[in-house]
Amino acid sequence: MLPETKYGWMGLVLGAAALAALPLFAPPYYVELGTYAVIAAMLALSLQLLVGCTGLVSLGHGAFYGLAAYAVYLVTPESKGLSIFVTLPIAVLVAGLAALVVGALSLRTRGFFFLMVTLAFGQMVFFLFHDTKIGGGADGAFLARPTLSFLGYELTLTRRQRPIAIYYVGLMQMVLMYSGLAFLLRSLFGRVLEGIRVNEHRMQAIGYNTYRYKLAAFVIAGMLAGVAGHMWAMHRGFVNPELVGWHRSAEALLMILLGGLHTLHGPILGALAYTGLGELAQSLTERKLLVQGLVILAVVLVLPRGLSGLRFPRDWRRKLPFASEEKPVPEAPAESLRHG
Amino acid sequence: MDLAGLFAQLLNGIQYGLLLFLIASGLTLIFGVMGIINLAHGSLFMVGAYTAFVVTSATGSLWLALPAGIVGGIALGLLLERFLFRFFYHREHLDQVLLTFALILLFEEARSLLVGNDFYSVPIPAVLDFSIPVTDGFSYSAYRFAVIGICLLLAALMFLWIERTRLGAIIRAAAEKPEMVDILGIDARRIHLVVFAVGTALALMAGVLAAPLYSVYPNMGDGFLIISFVVVVIGGLGSVSGAFWSALLIGLVDTLGKAYVPVVAGLAVYVLMAVVLLWRPFGLFGARSS
Repeated sequence: MLPETKYGWMGLVLGAAALAALPLFAPPYYVELGTYAVIAAMLALSLQLLVGCTGLVSLGHGAFYGLAAYAVYLVTPESKGLSIFVTLPIAVLVAGLAALVVGALSLRTRGFFFLMVTLAFGQMVFFLFHDTKIGGGADGAFLARPTLSFLGYELTLTRRQRPIAIYYVGLMQMVLMYSGLAFLLRSLFGRVLEGIRVNEHRMQAIGYNTYRYKLAAFVIAGMLAGVAGHMWAMHRGFVNPELVGWHRSAEALLMILLGGLHTLHGPILGALAYTGLGELAQSLTERKLLVQGLVILAVVLVLPRGLSGLRFPRDWRRKLPFASEEKPVPEAPAESLRHG
Repeated sequence: MDLAGLFAQLLNGIQYGLLLFLIASGLTLIFGVMGIINLAHGSLFMVGAYTAFVVTSATGSLWLALPAGIVGGIALGLLLERFLFRFFYHREHLDQVLLTFALILLFEEARSLLVGNDFYSVPIPAVLDFSIPVTDGFSYSAYRFAVIGICLLLAALMFLWIERTRLGAIIRAAAEKPEMVDILGIDARRIHLVVFAVGTALALMAGVLAAPLYSVYPNMGDGFLIISFVVVVIGGLGSVSGAFWSALLIGLVDTLGKAYVPVVAGLAVYVLMAVVLLWRPFGLFGARSS
């Protein structure tokens, strides 16, 4: 999942440097946009652990993202924001516990049914916040944003500094998440998840309790989505049921596919591209959905490996543009894909 | 809780369930035969409702919208199958989800470009704009009775088609064992076209019938889509009769829930679905037990 060539590493380092330098040259508006992109990237990264690594396509991942944001809202007193060192663990814990319950139940099903059960659980959370007054109902609610304080010492920021600080906090979390997932996937645990994706029956035959591995992946992915949700609350200071809705989950899936399945930089690339694209479409045509829809259509039709599937020809003499360096992953038997 | 009110809610639930059946039967057939997860099915319903709105505001008659919905639905279904979905039968679920999600966005934009983003109500046809007295002191909307009747008629036709005709037998076989149908030398592509066109036409029909009851508004397909998926899953994938009973069940649970315990009503159907799936992972009527 990490880059395999030195060009790959160079790209990664350059990309990271460009993101880190963004506030130095970009106007404040674009820094805020960058924060949104980073949050979206974290959500997509967390989902990649399920989709790209383990082969579990979930349509309810937004639930954990939204639950974390709502958790921040529920623990924060009305007047004063709490420290990020209090809210972040709570948000992650809430998202993780929810993922444990949802995962334990929904992982009993496979394929299409798994998709539907996760969707159903996501919708349950959506209606929980939409129909009851727990989190301000359908209109949502404002909250006092978590502060950057530690042991009574608080970092005080002016209105102009704050967005930049928030951007770096988000970027730091994203880098940590990327590195953490990269190490996780190189471990035996990651290899087992990969094995489950390629052929679950074989892993069972070897003697792995695949249910436990999938559940662990589901919980970790839920907790990481919680980090993204917490960051959303911290950035926007506002929660509404849309955070939990299934469109959010579908968009995260989209970013993964746009960036590239089975890679870790894919979701980040996809989230940046998707956010940038939306922004561009909005400013040019006022028809954001039209452009996004057409681009998704184009990607699904002609770029099944996503943006990171694009390759410069490795050997210029052999004229094979966009040829892949990796060997194709063997497919699981068609039967298990079709009927779960 | 008065009896007349309960009776009205029961009828509402049945009517809602039957509309859901029209949407869900197409969804379940399309999944059963082609293995496609069609998230855009709710958008097809939306297209039907807007067809009703456009036709009634142009001609003043909902009765012209019904044939328009059927013809338009068949045409749209044929186009979508031939030029888009055909290439996705053997792709992964993820690709199908994204393709149809893109279609949702495109249908919504097309709706916004052509009709705009406002709420519109569609008048109930004058012939049916009265109430039929059922018992002393209780009467029920004639249009809703008509909707129940039309849906039941369509359900009966569907049943006859699927269970009693040669084409229906092939479709059932294709849902059960697609390889076998291929081996027997039946042109699968024709079957796919027919199934897709019928499913699309049913969704549009549901939209036309629903327009006077729920009025038309942006993203109206979304709620119906998700509920229809619940219906399909509870009924068992690919099973039309399963979809029929589970649509009635969901319609009643949702309507009665909204009338008597509004706080949990939104949750109720999803809880029901989760419970059913955990108890019977292939739906109440699902035959597959592998």
